[in-house]
Amino acid sequence: MSEPLPDYRDQSPAVAARFAKIKERPVVLEIDRLGRQFPGEHGPVVALRDISFKVHRREFVCVIGPSGCGKSTLIRIIAGLDEPTSGRMLVDGKETSGPCPERGMVFQGYTLFPWLTVKKNVMFGLKMQGMDGGQADREARQWIDLVGLTRFADTYPAQLSGGMKQRTAIARALAANPRVLLMDEPFGALDAQTRAQMQSHLLEIWRNVDVTILFITHDLDEAIFLADRILVLKAHPGEVQEVIEVPVPRPRNLSQLNSPEFLATRRRLEELIHPRVDAHAHEHLPIIRLTQAGDDVE
Amino acid sequence: MSRPRWFSVRQELTPKRSRFLGVLAFMLPLALWSLFSYIPWLWHPMVKVTDPGDVDWMRAGLLINRHDFDKEVATAQLAHTHAPVGFRANPIYFPAPHAVIRSLYTAFTTAPVLKGDLWLHQSLWMSIQTIFWGFTISSVVGIPLGILCGSFIAISRLTEPFVDFVRYMPAPAFGALMVAIFGIQLEPKIAIIVIGTFFQQVLVVANTVRKVDCALIEAAQTLGSKRRQLVLRVIVPASLPDLYNDTRILLGWAWTYLIVAEVVGVSSGISFFINQQAKYRNFDNVYAAIIIIGILGLTIDQILAFVGHRLFPWKNPRPSRIRAFLGKLFGLRPASAEKPVQLLPQ
Repeated sequence: MSEPLPDYRDQSPAVAARFAKIKERPVVLEIDRLGRQFPGEHGPVVALRDISFKVHRREFVCVIGPSGCGKSTLIRIIAGLDEPTSGRMLVDGKETSGPCPERGMVFQGYTLFPWLTVKKNVMFGLKMQGMDGGQADREARQWIDLVGLTRFADTYPAQLSGGMKQRTAIARALAANPRVLLMDEPFGALDAQTRAQMQSHLLEIWRNVDVTILFITHDLDEAIFLADRILVLKAHPGEVQEVIEVPVPRPRNLSQLNSPEFLATRRRLEELIHPRVDAHAHEHLPIIRLTQAGDDVE
Repeated sequence: MSRPRWFSVRQELTPKRSRFLGVLAFMLPLALWSLFSYIPWLWHPMVKVTDPGDVDWMRAGLLINRHDFDKEVATAQLAHTHAPVGFRANPIYFPAPHAVIRSLYTAFTTAPVLKGDLWLHQSLWMSIQTIFWGFTISSVVGIPLGILCGSFIAISRLTEPFVDFVRYMPAPAFGALMVAIFGIQLEPKIAIIVIGTFFQQVLVVANTVRKVDCALIEAAQTLGSKRRQLVLRVIVPASLPDLYNDTRILLGWAWTYLIVAEVVGVSSGISFFINQQAKYRNFDNVYAAIIIIGILGLTIDQILAFVGHRLFPWKNPRPSRIRAFLGKLFGLRPASAEKPVQLLPQ
């Protein structure tokens, strides 16, 4: 790299203006001093401590952190699938708990209902809300069109590829009209190519739908590519380490992956998540030698 | 390409070989049976007397031990009297295949010996009724209860310890009690089948329901499903194919209980027919009746398997021919045919 990277906090006027605009929007999701402890053999284990943040309407927030930092626990609590041991959660200013369609969820494992076709899967949430069949059908079709699965409306999930399954899951969650869409490493099980496609696809959907997204990932590039802000967690206990405002302008595209802003943000994330290994660490490497003397690998 | 091997670990057979082995599964035991029936020097421990000669206690047509027959022949030769003549035969409880196949028909035409005894078809009909009512009553209560046990831990804790307790009591032990309660006709027999299946059924169904992927339930919760909807719209449809298979297996158990149920109270049905025929030493009819039970069970099971295949299309690993044809027509190729995104009009 010839020229030095800019500071990741430097924002172009357009990006700064965008963040100013986002902050003017109402807060959709507020997490207030949230904590979660699990009982352990040697006293309680603190999984999450004092997590506080706000997500504004139509904002895209990624949560990133090393494995074991409790990011999945966090999103499960927000989805209402787990109970916090302390703290509060507010949606549109009202305290809430328990699972509710206002907080939709897309899981890594797709979790489509295998006995329902794509369309019936998408209709599921609408039916739960008491919508009659005809209208649910029409709405479901619109969502299926939006995620590009028009021709597969009557296909069973088992016959779909991973990417198509996840599109169905996104359509299903969005059809229930959530205020916040929670996504728990949704593209983690996909191959690299499909994942890149799905990231662009998700941004397209988000641009066309009034929805706020909280997205969990362990992939640094994915977080930078998708997010307005990145919430960096640290492990043991899980706490918010830093909140990064991504300086990469929108609309995003793959050519930005090598832009200075992108690389600067990436370097900062690496510093936070993979702290530099101690210079003497190699002295503690195991003594067993698996290679033959003299065969240079590097 | 070389010819596929017959024995390779976990590899599919060609359909032709698969069918061939299926037929062979029945032909092998039949061949073994035929060998021991038709080759005179294989086993055949008896002798059928055709001419008693000068042995006064023998009659033509008598079936006696070969050892005893040989002794009589030796005695006759020593005394220079007329020796008995006969041919080697199998014991009466080991009829030849052709005799059994013939009696598959004649068993239906054998008139009952005693007044009040039943023809074979009447006996069979009684057995089928007993099974049907016993299994239906057990399922109507047992399957919903099992689903509730698998869905709600409170219900499982409330019922399963007791169900486990009763499950270990052999159903026939209730025979006398059931006769006292229900009289001596079909009712106590049905009750025995219910006792034999119900308690197993509750546990089997509960276990199957518990295997429903928790993630599906969580997904449904985030989509707004409440308790009732979780059970009826997620847990039940998710476990339905496995419940169907459980029911098929349990129906087999019900047939096993049938044999003990039918000796309770007034003996009746197919097992009574078998006992009666054995008493009159019509062993070919006994075999015929046993084989008929097997054929009946296998037929019902195959029908249920076939219906199950149609009932749960999403479980069907091989797409049906109609679907394959439609797929070809529209060029559906699930893995690769992704379509570019279309957006809603702004």
